[in-house]
Amino acid sequence: MANFIDQANKEALKLMQDAQPTLIGMGIAKDTLPGMRDNLILHAGPPVKWEDMSGPLRGAVVGGIIYQGLAETVDEAKELAASGKIDFDSCHHHSAVGPMAGVVTAKMPVFIVKNMDQGNYAYCTMNEGLGEVLRFGAYGENVIKHLNWMEKTLYPILKEALEIHGPIDIKSMNAQALQMGDEVHNRNKAGTSLFIREIASSIVKTNASEEDKVKVFDFLNSNDHFYLNLSMPGAKCTMDPVGKVKYSTVVYTMARNGTEFGIRVAGLGDRWFTAPAEIIDGLYFPGYSMEDANRDIGDSCITETSGIGGFAMASAPAIVQFVGGTPADAVQYTTSMYEITLEESVAYKMPNMNFRGTPTGIDIRKVIETQIRPVINTGIASKHAGVGQVGAGVVRPPMKCFEDALQAFVEMLDNEGLLD
Amino acid sequence: MKVNELFKSELKVINMGLESFYQDMKSQDVSAIHVNWKPAAGGNEKMAALLARMKSI
Repeated sequence: MANFIDQANKEALKLMQDAQPTLIGMGIAKDTLPGMRDNLILHAGPPVKWEDMSGPLRGAVVGGIIYQGLAETVDEAKELAASGKIDFDSCHHHSAVGPMAGVVTAKMPVFIVKNMDQGNYAYCTMNEGLGEVLRFGAYGENVIKHLNWMEKTLYPILKEALEIHGPIDIKSMNAQALQMGDEVHNRNKAGTSLFIREIASSIVKTNASEEDKVKVFDFLNSNDHFYLNLSMPGAKCTMDPVGKVKYSTVVYTMARNGTEFGIRVAGLGDRWFTAPAEIIDGLYFPGYSMEDANRDIGDSCITETSGIGGFAMASAPAIVQFVGGTPADAVQYTTSMYEITLEESVAYKMPNMNFRGTPTGIDIRKVIETQIRPVINTGIASKHAGVGQVGAGVVRPPMKCFEDALQAFVEMLDNEGLLD
Repeated sequence: MKVNELFKSELKVINMGLESFYQDMKSQDVSAIHVNWKPAAGGNEKMAALLARMKSI
């Protein structure tokens, strides 16, 4: 007979399977994110202090302060960041997620994604594209200029287009993208294309100038990862309700801040279990090596937490040219994830796996028992602020996160008198 | 079947445990498969004990 942990996990998995992440609109962070304010800067991963932040996160904070208008020069921004007058917090504590450094400031535009099943929301900024961008820690003049273009031109056009179009079903779009060769974490070509196809006529119908509409289309078309910032809040609003299921051993958050990797487990509430994040042994761009790499960073592994991303790698054989390995390795990565998960996704089917559903619902007991850690597809940031992406690869969370969580879980059961 | 008779027939070996036994078979062209088996929690006694406690519920 199933015990109360198994029953709790069944409830957690029902929440994951029934989730209906839906893009319902856009807003400004300060007006939409719970608890957002002018002197608060959000970042990826578990909470981290300014003095413990890595190069790319510090760089993104500096850029964020300048963009927000809190300081004019880099030196002033660094001084302000270290002064204690700026509050830092994890995106996850404000229903948000951010790729790489994941910096969110009060005036940044965000996507609003609603889980129609449970009524909860998740938020994410728009993807900036590749190259010299804030999320990799760049803070130069071009970065701020591009962020301002996104706020003044891209945001109003997309916001108006979404109002014309109406809600967009992210779950359905993820499912289609998986069948078109994406895993919607590190490969988003299909997802981005599907989004453009869906929103195109509504963009044309906006009141913006023809010139700006063309610029928006060109930007969307040039940025293969634009859809990542929709798949991520889709996964976030899928997983947040799971975090309220008492006695469940399902992992509902995995995230990295560039210094530490953190996980949260449903039955243990808001508590983070952290360990030093790993340096990724991946494929480095010409001229770069592991020597240049920062530790693992970003909230994007919320996709793997929800059963897509690296867990759906079999669906994205072409990604191995980006992260390393062979298409057979991609299938093997996905296959091994069934060992540590509780169910197969009803919605996310993989053609290369004979339309088997993606491995869904990481159980900390299974991770410890099998010693198989979740597989994550990821970009690699330079350890120096402003350099940008230096490669991509496959990474796993430190086992210590799961060991500490399992121990805390047993202690919790013990304290409640539920163990012999 | 007596052991001597067994070794006169074609062997199909399933190896569990030390992988070197499997490698020895392979090097002698004996058809063999290796079972990818590990002790619970990779032999970490503390973690195995925690799992056992949870299983006792």
